[in-house]
Amino acid sequence: MSAALRFALQALFWGGWAGAYFALPEYLPLLAQIAIIALFVLSLDLLVGYAGFVTLGHAAFFGLGAYAAGILAQQGWGEPISGLLFGAAVAALVGLLTAPLVLRGGDLTGLMVTLGIAMMLFEAANRMAWLTGGADGLQGVEMWEIFGVWRFDLFGRTAFVYSLTVLFLLYLLARLIVSSPFGLALRGIKGNRRRMEALGTPVRARLVAVYTLSAAYAGIAGALLAQTTQFVSLDVLDFHRSADALLMLVLGGMGSLYGAMLGAIVFMVAHHALSELTPQFWQFWIGIALIALAIAGRGGMLGLAGRLLARWGGR
Amino acid sequence: MSSLSRRRLLGSAALVAAAPSLPRPAIAQAAPVRIGLILPMTGPFASTGRQIDAAVRTWLRMNGESHGGRRLEVLLRDDTGVAPDTTRRLAQELVVRERVNVLAGFGLTPLALSTAPVATEARVPMVVMAAGTSIIVQRSPFILRTSFTLPQQTMPIADWAASNGITSCATMVTDYAPGHDSEAAFKRRFTERGGQIPLELRTPLRNPDYAPFLQRVRDARVQALFVFVPSGEGANVMKQFDERGLAQAGIRLIGTGDLTDDDILNEMGDPAIGVITSHFYSAAHDSPENREYVAAFRQIAPNMRPNFMSVGGFDGMRLIAEGLRGTDGNTDGQRLVDAMRGKSWMSPRGPITIDANTRDIVQDVYIRRVERRDGQLWNIEFDRIPQVRDPGT
Amino acid sequence: MLTVLVDGVASGMLLFVLACGLSVTLGLMNFVNLAHGAFGMAGGYLCVVLLNQHGVPFIPAVAAAALFAAALGFVLERTLYRQLYGRDHLDQVLFSIGLVFVMSAVVDWLMGARQQLITLPAWLQGRWDFGFMTVGVYRAFLIAVCGAIVLALHLGLVRTRFGARLRAAVDDAVVARGLGIPVTRIFGVTFALGSGLAGLGGALGVEVLGLDPTFPLKFMVYFLIVVAVGGANTIVGPFLAALLLGVVDVAGKYYVPQVGAFVIYTAMVVLLLVKPHGLLARGAAR
Repeated sequence: MSAALRFALQALFWGGWAGAYFALPEYLPLLAQIAIIALFVLSLDLLVGYAGFVTLGHAAFFGLGAYAAGILAQQGWGEPISGLLFGAAVAALVGLLTAPLVLRGGDLTGLMVTLGIAMMLFEAANRMAWLTGGADGLQGVEMWEIFGVWRFDLFGRTAFVYSLTVLFLLYLLARLIVSSPFGLALRGIKGNRRRMEALGTPVRARLVAVYTLSAAYAGIAGALLAQTTQFVSLDVLDFHRSADALLMLVLGGMGSLYGAMLGAIVFMVAHHALSELTPQFWQFWIGIALIALAIAGRGGMLGLAGRLLARWGGR
Repeated sequence: MSSLSRRRLLGSAALVAAAPSLPRPAIAQAAPVRIGLILPMTGPFASTGRQIDAAVRTWLRMNGESHGGRRLEVLLRDDTGVAPDTTRRLAQELVVRERVNVLAGFGLTPLALSTAPVATEARVPMVVMAAGTSIIVQRSPFILRTSFTLPQQTMPIADWAASNGITSCATMVTDYAPGHDSEAAFKRRFTERGGQIPLELRTPLRNPDYAPFLQRVRDARVQALFVFVPSGEGANVMKQFDERGLAQAGIRLIGTGDLTDDDILNEMGDPAIGVITSHFYSAAHDSPENREYVAAFRQIAPNMRPNFMSVGGFDGMRLIAEGLRGTDGNTDGQRLVDAMRGKSWMSPRGPITIDANTRDIVQDVYIRRVERRDGQLWNIEFDRIPQVRDPGT
Repeated sequence: MLTVLVDGVASGMLLFVLACGLSVTLGLMNFVNLAHGAFGMAGGYLCVVLLNQHGVPFIPAVAAAALFAAALGFVLERTLYRQLYGRDHLDQVLFSIGLVFVMSAVVDWLMGARQQLITLPAWLQGRWDFGFMTVGVYRAFLIAVCGAIVLALHLGLVRTRFGARLRAAVDDAVVARGLGIPVTRIFGVTFALGSGLAGLGGALGVEVLGLDPTFPLKFMVYFLIVVAVGGANTIVGPFLAALLLGVVDVAGKYYVPQVGAFVIYTAMVVLLLVKPHGLLARGAAR
């Protein structure tokens, strides 16, 4: 793909988001949630797609961020930006502390330990009802205006612009990170861990770093959800969040920041459209699509599109 | 409440009282009144959604679609029952995009709580047809409830137990707000009447396995066990209760009607026979209104028996229609809510009132025993406590 | 005390029967089959339909459930699963979750979303009281049936030619293939067997675990725990893991109900950290 085409497609992607604000003013609450989930999948991509570490418990960090930001606001500090940073910090701290546990042992062990930690957090949030509201959800989250100007409104305008801006900024940051020497080292580890060790790369330290980074990203996504919906429920820590995010990532194409975001968009839109069309049977059609994609496509939609483009462009 | 709004309220109450006597103005069919119905149609609580959906359709078939000069149009949305942020977003979309005039449904407490701010901000009446925690109606002045509250259902069974020679009773409730509500209500009333509660258990909301909990109850040697579990879980409790031989150990099973949910009661088999519960609706309730309702419901959903969730949906539709009649088709949120307050009518469950102050439901609560009639299991009512209101308010 | 232990053993054994097929798929073909529980669900529902709507007695209904699940497993392996052998784990995850969605939706459509209930035959109801402990008849029945299955599996794996080939294929599929062992065909048969066992477990479990369309997702975590803790290459490992899980789970709920599900997740994480390659791992071979 030529550089110009690449740039045009990227401009189209972000332009599309911006245009949606005017073209689909009635869908803004949904679009805001899509942007948030896209950020969550992006965080997963850093870990799974770039560093090759598969996790089944990423919702742990999403939920931590959501609860951190939600509880902060509930306790009387409703300033959004600092709330985001607080959510990121809490998630990153837990990520840093659990990374050594998670990175022990093999593939499957890691999978199960991440899952176990997420489940434990879920139970902890469920038990600590005095702090989290337990199964009833966290009540009374009140957000202040962003920069003292923009109030979170019913139409979701503020929520959308806010979420999209955060997504865009963090995308830019992620882009810097993955093309830095650090990012290249991660890909090296994914490709061949032993060789990277032999080359003198501190593999473990790199993995701990990316795990923490990814946790912080997920924490911000969670905090965004808590702030824009002004409500946090146990659902943010649920296993299905981790699984859905993984599905979206594979759907869009791993190891590509746009793949992650596209996967989130397509999955969320399909889910939404199907559940409106057939409230009882949307699962069936999503399931069929997943099976077809798994059998047919490698590298997700982006991979498929790339192959088509390559064929179409000759050579 | 400020004096201003109280005055407004009084004024509108007078208006409501006067409305039925006014001749109905001949408004040509205006745009339909849209009702956003948000229910769990998939996931673990799907049976709640199916029941209410069927009841809503039953109501429309029995009463027609035109009320207060406007046609009712129902938009059904699935919130899967476990994701309050989804419920809230669906409500937001229904209000902003579909311009619904009323929100309705809400299968579980967290789902209703997360949506309350939307109702307040959009000034749209929100009719809670299922969720049963006391606090819900206090979360927004636009919330009205046609289902029940747990303390309301629990107090009568505590009274019954105390008056029927039970002095020590264990409690087992699901660990979430409705469970805590009913636990607290039962404990308060039962100990007030001199009873002892030596063992209080809380079971997890997800993947519950009741066997170990019931084993503890058996080892605690109490006279009775009070149970609250979400509707649908009752069958499992009953099975394990039977398998553990708690009845043989002299322990009686009592609870709220969620335990012997009509939806699945018939398949619970013999272990359910003799279980005493208190609740506001039984499909076996003996009244012409109920017989008509059950027959009409069966036409819409031949394989289902209407349960207490369904009747919440049925009366929810009635409440909306009453409101519209009260405003002569005007859909201003505040006016609708004001028109709905204080309404009373004969429901399939018996006489009910939507309290003018709390906007919560006041209804008869029955003490029932599970019995086999004509080869099927039913909750047979044998005592009635008239016009119970939520003791929390 | 002993009653709690017996309950734990019974649910552990049931868990093993449900999950052992998964351990073979994972060990043999390195295939992450998150849809394993769906076969259990299929068996469970067939059992319920036969019992409640056609009046089939309990034992034939359970047997039919096992056969049905095995047949379903065989067909799906031939048509769909085999296309994903050797593919990325994530593709397999995607595929098998898709399969769970489809099967859950189909079951939901056919049978509705509510809990399914069965009535056990009279000879399986009730309980025996030994004075110092009481045992539910059905729990004892579960222990007997599942115990027999475990024994049969173990002997089958150790004593028969098929078992020897299977073990060889699990140890090193490439070499086994080189030696002329039809690894793919063995796998097809094993897959059907594993699915059948899951169906059997699903049918037996209706009474104990409950059954509704969320069954595959609800218990997937438990299955994965059994396989991950037990190690993916033996029968004994997952069996011990399942027993442990069952006993710890039940005992935790009995003695410390306030922490609830915390117990099993903690147990799993600790076990995995101490023994990252499974309970009976043979060194760092894998």
